Amino acid sequence: MQLYGTKITSRLLLGTAQYPSPAILMEAIHASETEIVTVSLRRETVGGSGAGFFDMLRQTGCRILPNTAGCHSADEAVTTAQMAREVFATNWIKLEVIGHSDTLQPDVFELVKAARILSDDGFNVFPYTTDDLIVGERLIEAGCDVLMPWGAPIGSGQGLRNPDALRSMRAHFPETPLIVDAGIGRPSHAVQAMELGMDAVLLNTAVAKARDPQCMSRAMGLAIQAGRTGFAADPIEPRDMAVPSTPILGLAELS
Amino acid sequence: MKITVNAEPHEVASLTLSAALSELGYDNPTLATAVNGSFVPRSERVDTALKDGDLLEVLSPMQGG
Repeated sequence: MQLYGTKITSRLLLGTAQYPSPAILMEAIHASETEIVTVSLRRETVGGSGAGFFDMLRQTGCRILPNTAGCHSADEAVTTAQMAREVFATNWIKLEVIGHSDTLQPDVFELVKAARILSDDGFNVFPYTTDDLIVGERLIEAGCDVLMPWGAPIGSGQGLRNPDALRSMRAHFPETPLIVDAGIGRPSHAVQAMELGMDAVLLNTAVAKARDPQCMSRAMGLAIQAGRTGFAADPIEPRDMAVPSTPILGLAELS
Repeated sequence: MKITVNAEPHEVASLTLSAALSELGYDNPTLATAVNGSFVPRSERVDTALKDGDLLEVLSPMQGG
């Protein structure tokens, strides 16, 4: 998989929030075999822990994908992205512009606006978006080479609410890397996303809030590999009736 | 002068952003700054004059999804 010209082997992108401890976060990162972790920027206190956290993540060797989580306007998201680029020394930005505090639904109008400004400024934008095709087209026109449609609301763990829409996205954007971002709760959800032909899955809560995050991150990594391999194998279509799998030819007559 | 840093009121003697950060005790190398909603790159902090009532945001890496 190529993301903005960078070859990525692991198709799991992992969030770093909500783990019981930094040590468990590190275990989960290693167990998942992810190569990309998402991070954020928040207000720092004097003598705060931001530098230590960043140093710890750097030791994993993972690429850092900063986000603009919590931003509600294009202006806020652009400023946050500029700050993130300086701190994390990367042009990559997971662009989130939230429309509602309760649904955490993307404000796609502000999203497209911010994506255009940031792409023009040299950023590689990973937009957290809905599964709407027209919005996807607008984001690509704005300069995005990757789309990150939601599976379900952030943190909900509901799985893919609208698999048909993701299937349409795959058909409509055959060359664009599609990363399902948000809503994955279980390994079976991740398998389903990959079987639909998604290029990768970004998740956080499903691992961080599992009773055993290390075990779940490994399960998610395996599920994503299984789903991707199954997609590549081109599965059979369901049939209405039974079809014998054992050959009829040569069947003995015993009655 | 009176400025607001991360939503907290502060009284500082410094006249520039870089001096104010030092005065307030921010020595973490992984800080990003904004004044009145606009990003101020590290290289411009020394030339960024502050005025009474300015709103500073001082951000740092944090866990995120």
